[in-house]
Amino acid sequence: MAEMWINMGPQHPMTHGLWNLRIKVDGEIIVDAVPEIGYLHRGMEKIFEHRTYPQIGPITDRLCYGSSFTWNHLYCLTIENLMKLEIPERAKYIRVMVIEMQRIASHLMWIAAYAADLGLLAGFLWAMREREIFLDLMQALSGSRLTYNYARIGGVAADLPSDFERDALRAVNYFEKKLEEYEALYRDSKIFLMRNQGIGVLSKEDAINRGVTGPTLRASGVKYDIRKDQPYEVYEEIDFEPQSSPDCDCYGRYVVRMNEMRESCKIIRQALSKMPQGPVRVKTPLIGPQGDAIGRVEDPRGEGIMYVIGDGSEKPYRLKVRSPLFVILSAARQMLVGYKIADVVAIMGSIDVCMGETDK
Amino acid sequence: MIDLETELRSRIDGLKRKIVRKAVATCERRIERELPEKIGKELSELHAEKGFIRMRVERSSILKLCRLLKDSYKFNHLSLITTVDWDDRFELVYHLFSYPYNCAAEIKVEIPRDDPKVDSVTPLWGGANWHEREAYDMMGIVFLNHPDLRRILLPQEYEYFPLRKDFKMELE
Amino acid sequence: MDLWGISYELTSFLIDIINFFIYGLGWLLPGVLGDAFNGLGDWLASTGVLNILTMIVEALIVLIVAILNVITLIWIDRKLLARMWDSRGPFYVGPLGYFQNIADGLKLFLKQVITPSKADKLSYHVAPVVFIGSSILILAVIPLSPGFALSYERAPIPGGVLFAFAIFAIAPFSILVAGWAQNNKYTLIGGMRSAAQMMSYEIPLLLSIASVFLLAGSFNFGDVVEAQANIWFAIPLFIGFVVFLVCIVAEIERIPFDLPEAEAELVEGWTTEYSGMRFGFFLMTQYIRGYAGCAIAAALFLGGWHGPSIIPDEIWFLSKAYIVFLIFVWMRASLPRIRTDQILDLGWKRLLPLAMINLIIAVAMKTSGWF
Repeated sequence: MAEMWINMGPQHPMTHGLWNLRIKVDGEIIVDAVPEIGYLHRGMEKIFEHRTYPQIGPITDRLCYGSSFTWNHLYCLTIENLMKLEIPERAKYIRVMVIEMQRIASHLMWIAAYAADLGLLAGFLWAMREREIFLDLMQALSGSRLTYNYARIGGVAADLPSDFERDALRAVNYFEKKLEEYEALYRDSKIFLMRNQGIGVLSKEDAINRGVTGPTLRASGVKYDIRKDQPYEVYEEIDFEPQSSPDCDCYGRYVVRMNEMRESCKIIRQALSKMPQGPVRVKTPLIGPQGDAIGRVEDPRGEGIMYVIGDGSEKPYRLKVRSPLFVILSAARQMLVGYKIADVVAIMGSIDVCMGETDK
Repeated sequence: MIDLETELRSRIDGLKRKIVRKAVATCERRIERELPEKIGKELSELHAEKGFIRMRVERSSILKLCRLLKDSYKFNHLSLITTVDWDDRFELVYHLFSYPYNCAAEIKVEIPRDDPKVDSVTPLWGGANWHEREAYDMMGIVFLNHPDLRRILLPQEYEYFPLRKDFKMELE
Repeated sequence: MDLWGISYELTSFLIDIINFFIYGLGWLLPGVLGDAFNGLGDWLASTGVLNILTMIVEALIVLIVAILNVITLIWIDRKLLARMWDSRGPFYVGPLGYFQNIADGLKLFLKQVITPSKADKLSYHVAPVVFIGSSILILAVIPLSPGFALSYERAPIPGGVLFAFAIFAIAPFSILVAGWAQNNKYTLIGGMRSAAQMMSYEIPLLLSIASVFLLAGSFNFGDVVEAQANIWFAIPLFIGFVVFLVCIVAEIERIPFDLPEAEAELVEGWTTEYSGMRFGFFLMTQYIRGYAGCAIAAALFLGGWHGPSIIPDEIWFLSKAYIVFLIFVWMRASLPRIRTDQILDLGWKRLLPLAMINLIIAVAMKTSGWF
């Protein structure tokens, strides 16, 4: 059969978001791949220049709706770096705890979508069931299940409700036991291993050269985690291990994300036990100073950066967002060429695509 | 037993942090010492503090500086390329990172508004490809020797560059 | 009282009622018209016509029982899957949601039928008909018990099981034609993958039932079941049983073998352009073939209708078929999909040698006189 171009998307049940993947196939083997994005572009960077600093908070939630607290927190971190604010200790611990809960929820959504694509519908429904526990906890904190607007410049919006620590500890203990059960569903399944091992290999040099970060990079053998190497908030006082895996394929990415969920449980426990009492928010000036500042966090999908330039008024002059998936999608070609059409689902699922942050 | 383990762990962590800080400090000192000789007077600012090195360089030697940083000082990760529109000039800000030295660098380049061309750093870091395409799409800066410079987020037939300050948004 | 007897009684009863009106009209109307009606009544009550009508009624009864079984199987599938995934399944329409499938079928009837303009009209309309027609034909030859069979004693089909599998194998052709007729490159790819998968799993399937024929000595359903009076064939031919089950799951395209029609791959595979009841045909045929496969497995390997006589033969047969189907549902709930080239790998490289080994065991058992 001659070579032909196939369009996967923009309306396709597999592609988790609105983007187009054009692949050139020769029979069943993929010869070339061109990802096309921009269907969800909302002009966020231009909007940011016309809103005051507190008004930008809820907009950053919508950058990636799968892990919205991360972007909210990243924005607040960047503005606090710009204004050189010191936030109270209790606020830092609360932020760390909610970041890790958000990470668990985001990874659970990833494994649900990944399992559903591979045909393992049991994994889909069970992971969504566990995710409900963490969404309920965050609803108790902030009032909404998906876009929280809980982190504010200067701390967090409000203190923890009265029974929160007991509920959170119970949730984390329950989830850790269930995680063992779910891993058996995937690790012992020969078919799952057959569909994932050796597929979508991204070598270490390629990954570093193309700027790939996050679990995709750690699955290629580079043990780099911003929470450990350039710590922010109170990550210096919390004891955890960044997870990496030497096999550079889809199975490695799966292993890294499952282990990260375990480490997040440990972090939540430590944050809950070490949290001091005190205020959770400081007053912030409405007018920002002149100058520039950068904030970097470890998003569940990679390294998220915001770079702000202030000009002495109440609105930022320039606020630039670097999303990790923007860069990983540009490396999609290397991961796809040489494999079969049926592997596209596994490879694209394993890098956890969320188009909100890619298209801004 | 538990106390011994946590005690040992915190000691090992402290040692690791000291090693990293030393590496960062070494890198900073080397750069502060050696870069002005290698680049010369095109490098106008150099300021290093706590693992973050800021530089400002002329437009013509950006590729040379980046190549130097990548080869000699192991800055192998390009994080971000930002474009800023001051009213009389454009400015490009590159953020680099070095995995072995755990050190970050920021390079600022000024470009005149009526001739927005600059060398592309795609030969050094493959990841710069889409960053530069987005810079072209949003601000209209043309990168020379880029393998595939076309719009990425907006439709191909779009005529304007939205992030420029003279592209006015209609507010309610 | 076997099926023929019941149908004969039913048909004679219906003909009596109709003849009451016809003879009445014949008595009322004068002259030639009256004689014509009387002649019509005599013709209807004659033996030849009665036999033909009995055959039709017999076939209808078998069809209705089989379709009821298929609907029950779909209901079991949905409820059991839901429970394995921690949800509830249909519970609203009918007791325990039994009539949900009928409601879904009605919904499909009411949908708009869209035909692609560049599709090959004849193939497009004929392919689903061939598909479901051939699958329903298999149901005609499966006997539920010595009394409930379309062709057991009066006119036994000499090669009952072979006939069933020959009809079973028509499906890949209709899938290929359907995939091509929709004028869509995705459905073409899906159709070709599906046909390749089905054809490559026919061979281990037929080899495993060849071993059953060896031990039973005939191709007839009745003889095969009678030969299992002492011991079910699944016990000495265990490898063959397992190969048979895996091949049936691949033939009816359930998870883990349903890559050709998976949503996430190429958007419904080879049925993308079909809508309305034609799409319903394809869905229903999957379960009809599933029921046929389970029933044949129960007949060939699990002893058919042999069992304690407190339970009627038909119920025993159906329970065995349903237990086989429960294994299929369990596989669907817990396994991911296998990629097409891995499916073909499995079929040719692993199942075929196993089926051969099974055949050698059967030959050994036959020649050493165990059977």
